[in-house]
Amino acid sequence: MSIQDIFQSELQVVNIGLTSFKEALDDVGAKAVQVEWKPPIEVSLEARQTIYANRKRIEAANEKVMDIILKGMPQLVGMGTARDVIPGMKDNLILHAGPPITWDRMCGPMRGAIMGALIYEGRADTSEAAAELAASGDIEFAPCHEHATVGPMAGIVSASMPVFILENTAFGNEAYCTMNEGLGKVLRYGAYSEEVIKRLKWMEEVMYPVLQGAIAAVGPIDLKNLIAQALHMGDEVHNRNRAATSLLYRQLAPAIIRSCDDKDNAADVLDFIQGNDHFFLNLSMPACKATLDAARDIKDSSVLVVMSRNGTDFGIQLAGTGNQWFTGPSDVPDALFFPGYTKEDANPDIGDSSITETNGLGGFAIAASPAIVQFVGGNAADAIRYTKEMYEISAAENTVYQIPYLNFRGTPTGIDLVNVIEKNILPFIDTGVAHREPGIGQVGAGVLRASLQPFIHAFEGLADCFR
Amino acid sequence: MSVIGRIRQGIYFDSVTLMNMGRELSGMEGVVDAAIVMGTHENKAILQAAGLLIDLFADTSDSDLLIGVKLDDPSKEEQILEAVDVLLSKRKEVSEGDNTFLPQSLDGALTVLPDANLVLISIAGRYAAFEAQKALDQGRHVMMFSDNVSIEDEVALKIVAREKGLLVMGPDCGTAIINGVPLAFANVVRRGKIGIVAASGTGLQEVSCLIHNAGAGISQAIGTGGRDVKKQVGGIMFIEGLKALLDDAETETVLLVSKPPDADVLAAVNAIVASSSKPVVSMFLGASGAGDNNPQSLEEAALMSVALAQKKSLDDVRSELKQRDEVLLAQAEELRNKCTGKQQYIRGLFSGGTFCTEAQLILEDMVKGDMYANAPAGRVQSLEDAMHSVAHTFVDLGEDEFTVGRPHPMIDYTLRNKRIADEADDAETAVILLDIVLGYGSNMNLVEELKDVITDAARKVVVVCSVTGTDMDPQNRGAVISMLRKSGAVVLPSNAAACLLAGYVVSGLSV
Repeated sequence: MSIQDIFQSELQVVNIGLTSFKEALDDVGAKAVQVEWKPPIEVSLEARQTIYANRKRIEAANEKVMDIILKGMPQLVGMGTARDVIPGMKDNLILHAGPPITWDRMCGPMRGAIMGALIYEGRADTSEAAAELAASGDIEFAPCHEHATVGPMAGIVSASMPVFILENTAFGNEAYCTMNEGLGKVLRYGAYSEEVIKRLKWMEEVMYPVLQGAIAAVGPIDLKNLIAQALHMGDEVHNRNRAATSLLYRQLAPAIIRSCDDKDNAADVLDFIQGNDHFFLNLSMPACKATLDAARDIKDSSVLVVMSRNGTDFGIQLAGTGNQWFTGPSDVPDALFFPGYTKEDANPDIGDSSITETNGLGGFAIAASPAIVQFVGGNAADAIRYTKEMYEISAAENTVYQIPYLNFRGTPTGIDLVNVIEKNILPFIDTGVAHREPGIGQVGAGVLRASLQPFIHAFEGLADCFR
Repeated sequence: MSVIGRIRQGIYFDSVTLMNMGRELSGMEGVVDAAIVMGTHENKAILQAAGLLIDLFADTSDSDLLIGVKLDDPSKEEQILEAVDVLLSKRKEVSEGDNTFLPQSLDGALTVLPDANLVLISIAGRYAAFEAQKALDQGRHVMMFSDNVSIEDEVALKIVAREKGLLVMGPDCGTAIINGVPLAFANVVRRGKIGIVAASGTGLQEVSCLIHNAGAGISQAIGTGGRDVKKQVGGIMFIEGLKALLDDAETETVLLVSKPPDADVLAAVNAIVASSSKPVVSMFLGASGAGDNNPQSLEEAALMSVALAQKKSLDDVRSELKQRDEVLLAQAEELRNKCTGKQQYIRGLFSGGTFCTEAQLILEDMVKGDMYANAPAGRVQSLEDAMHSVAHTFVDLGEDEFTVGRPHPMIDYTLRNKRIADEADDAETAVILLDIVLGYGSNMNLVEELKDVITDAARKVVVVCSVTGTDMDPQNRGAVISMLRKSGAVVLPSNAAACLLAGYVVSGLSV
C-alpha cells in the first residue's frame, strides 16, 4: 500500500465526530458514513492497554469460541429427575439463577421460590418453617450455571423436580432445565401458595411421565432447527415463545397420543402446553446453555458464555476466565406492568434466561420479533435498531438463526466483552418482571440493558490473565 | 439568582452540538447563563469558571451529561427544566433521524461502507488516538481534526502510518482536500495540477483559494497538523506527503506551506526538493526553503505555483505584485485621510493562526513602534493580556485562551464581533485588520452576523479585510465581498495584501 493509492480511488469517508463534516461531504456528493460515537466505558488505562496489546491473541481465541458456538447442535434427548441426572445434584442442594448468593442476600422472589421448593420436597409444612430451614445452613445453594443447568426467573431446581435433558451432539455435553409452569402465580416468580405446589406435583406425577414417553417415542428433537423456524415466525425465544411452543406441540402431540394410555392425562398435558405460550422457554434456555457450555475454558477469549441475574446481582462469565464470576448490582427493568403494579413493586432483574441473549437470541434477535417491543411502547423500527446495535458488540453472525427482515442476516451472536467496553454498548435483554415480595409472582414484562459493573470487572479480570 | 443542575446518563452529544444547545438555553427568558457539557475534568473547570459547578456534579464521570443553569428567577426552575428536556429530545431525534440506525463504531461503519479509505476523526483528543490506531490497523488513511492528542501518540501513529503507506493528517489538522473533496474546514476549489502539503490549516486554505481564484486548480492538498514539522515528530507526514505528490502523475507542481520547520526537518525537505524533477515552491513563513523562488508571502507562493503550473516566469509574478504595491500605496494615501487625532495603530483580529503570524512577519519591518501579539513572531512582543490591545496588536482568536468551552472563531463570531466594536471605540486604533475565512466548517451565516458590526466600525476607523474563499464555497466569496464593501470595509484578495495596505496606512501617519 502507498499514499498514492488513495489518489487513484474514489474517496469514501468514515466520519467520527462532528456531524457538520458529514453534512459537508453529503453536500459535495462524497460517499460518507457517520459514526454515532460515544466515549468508551471507563476502565483503567492499564487494562485497556493490556487488552489492546493482546488483541490478536484475544481475536484468535474468540474465533475458536465462535466456531464452537456456531457448530453447537442442541437436541432434546430425554427427561429425568434432577437428583438422578444433574451432575452434583443432591437432596439438600437447591440450584438457583444467577451468580452465587447466600440466603441473607437473596431477593424476595428467590426466597419465595426456595420456600416453595422446600414445601414441594416435603421438608417443610409452612412457609415460615421453610424460611427457617433455608436460613439454618442445612440447605446448600449453588448457581444452576455451575451444574450445567439453567432456570428462568428464580431458577429454583430441587432434587425431585423432573428436568429436560438436552445434548449438544456436536460436542457431547448436556444441559438441564425444569418444565415451564406457565404464567401468573408460579414458583419461578417466587410464589409458593398451595396451588403452586399442587401444580408442581401434577407436573411431576402426570406431565413428566407423559412427556418422557413421548420424547422417547419421537426420538431426539433438533432444537436448533426448531428455534431457527420460530425466528421466521415472530419469536425471539426469550419473551416470545408462541411459535416455538406450537412447533414443539406439533411434534409431540401424535407421540403423546400414541405413547400415553390414559386419554385424560394425554389431553391434560396437551391442554397445558397449548395454554402456555412460554412452554418452550425452558427448552430454548438449555439449548443456549448446551451450546455455550461447549465453548468454556478457551484461554484468552473475551466472549461471554454466561450472563445471568439472581435478583440481587448481575453476573457474567467469559470463555477465557473459567468459572470466575464478575458481578455487580442488578437493575430494575423498564417494563409494562400488569394493572395494579408499578415500578415500585418490581424486583431487580432476575433469571438465567439472558442465556438466550448470550447466544444471539432474545433481545439480540428482537428484529425477528417486533411484537416484543410493544411491551415498552416501542415500534417495529426500534426492534430493528436494537438488533443492529447488538451486531456492534457481537463476535459473529449466526449461521442458522436468521432475521427475515434483515434479508435473513444471521443474528448477532457471541457477546464480545471488549466491544462492549470500547463501544460503550451494553447488551440488550428481554425480560419478565417479578414482584419484589415473595409469594406474589409476575407483575410485568419489558426490556433492559445489562448492568455495567460486571463488564468493567470482567475487563479488568481478563486483563489480569495477560499480566 | 440561583444555580440549578441536572445529570443525565446514557446520552452523548458532540461538543459543538452541546455548545449550541447551551447557547439556546442561555437565550431563554429567566436564564442568566447555562452550560450543557459531558462531565469531564476539563468541562467541570469550565462550569466552575462560569459559577455553574454545584455539589450535585461532584461524583459525576466523563460519560455523564451535566446541565447547569443560572436563573435570575428561581420560580422558573420547572419551566426551564422542561425546556431542557425538549431541547435534548429534539436533538436526539435529529441525531437518530428517520429511525435509521447509525453505526456506533468504526467497525460498524466499515460494514456499511466497506471500501471507506479515509477516517475523519473530530472527537475529544484523549479518545482520538485510539480511534486513529484502529483505523490504521484496518488499513485506512486518517485525518485527525482533534487536538489535545499527545505528541507521543502522534509520533507512534505516524510511524505506523509510514510503514503501511497511509496518511495520518493531524492531529489538529483543520483542513485537507483529497481527490477534490474538501475535508473539515476546507474550501471548494477547482481540481488541477498543483499539489499542496501544509503544516498550517489556514495557510492551506489561503493558498488553495488563491490558486483557484487565479484560475488554476489543486490535485491534492495534504494537511499534516502544525506539530508535524517540529523536532519530535521529525516531519514524518510532511515528507511522506511531499514524496507522494512527487510520485503522483496528476501533480505537476508542489507547494509546501508551514511555519518554520525544525532545522533537521527543513534540511530533509530541502534535500528532497533539490533532487526533485517537479518544480516545488516552499513557503516557510520566516524561514527560506530550497530553490531560488523564495516567496515572501502565502499569496506570492500561491501565485508562483500557478505561474510554474502554467509554465510562466516567476518574474511576471514579482512584477505583478510590485505593480499592485503601487496601487496599495495610493489607496493608503486616501484612507489615511480618515484617521484623525490619536488614531495610529493596527489592531489585527484573526481567526486563522497562520494569518496572525504572517501579518506580524510582513509588518515587523514596515511599521514603527512596539508590536504585540498573543502568539508573537519575529520581533513582536508577547501581549500581556490577550483581551486588551496595546500599541500595534495582533490577536489570534483561535488560541486556547479564547476557545476553551467555545467554538472556534471561524464558527462563532460573537467574541470577535465584540472585540471589533471595542477596538473601533479605542481612540488610538487607526486600522482594524480582519481575516474572513469561508468554506465548509466555517460560519454559514457570516454575512448577517458581520454586517452591522463592520458598518459601525467602518464609520470610526479603517477596516481592512481579506476574504479566504472561492465563489464555489457555500457562503460565496463574491457575495461576502460585496456585503463587506457595502458596509464600508476595504476588501483585499489576500491576507498579505491586507497587511500591506494596513502597514502603508499607519506608516504614513504622523501623530
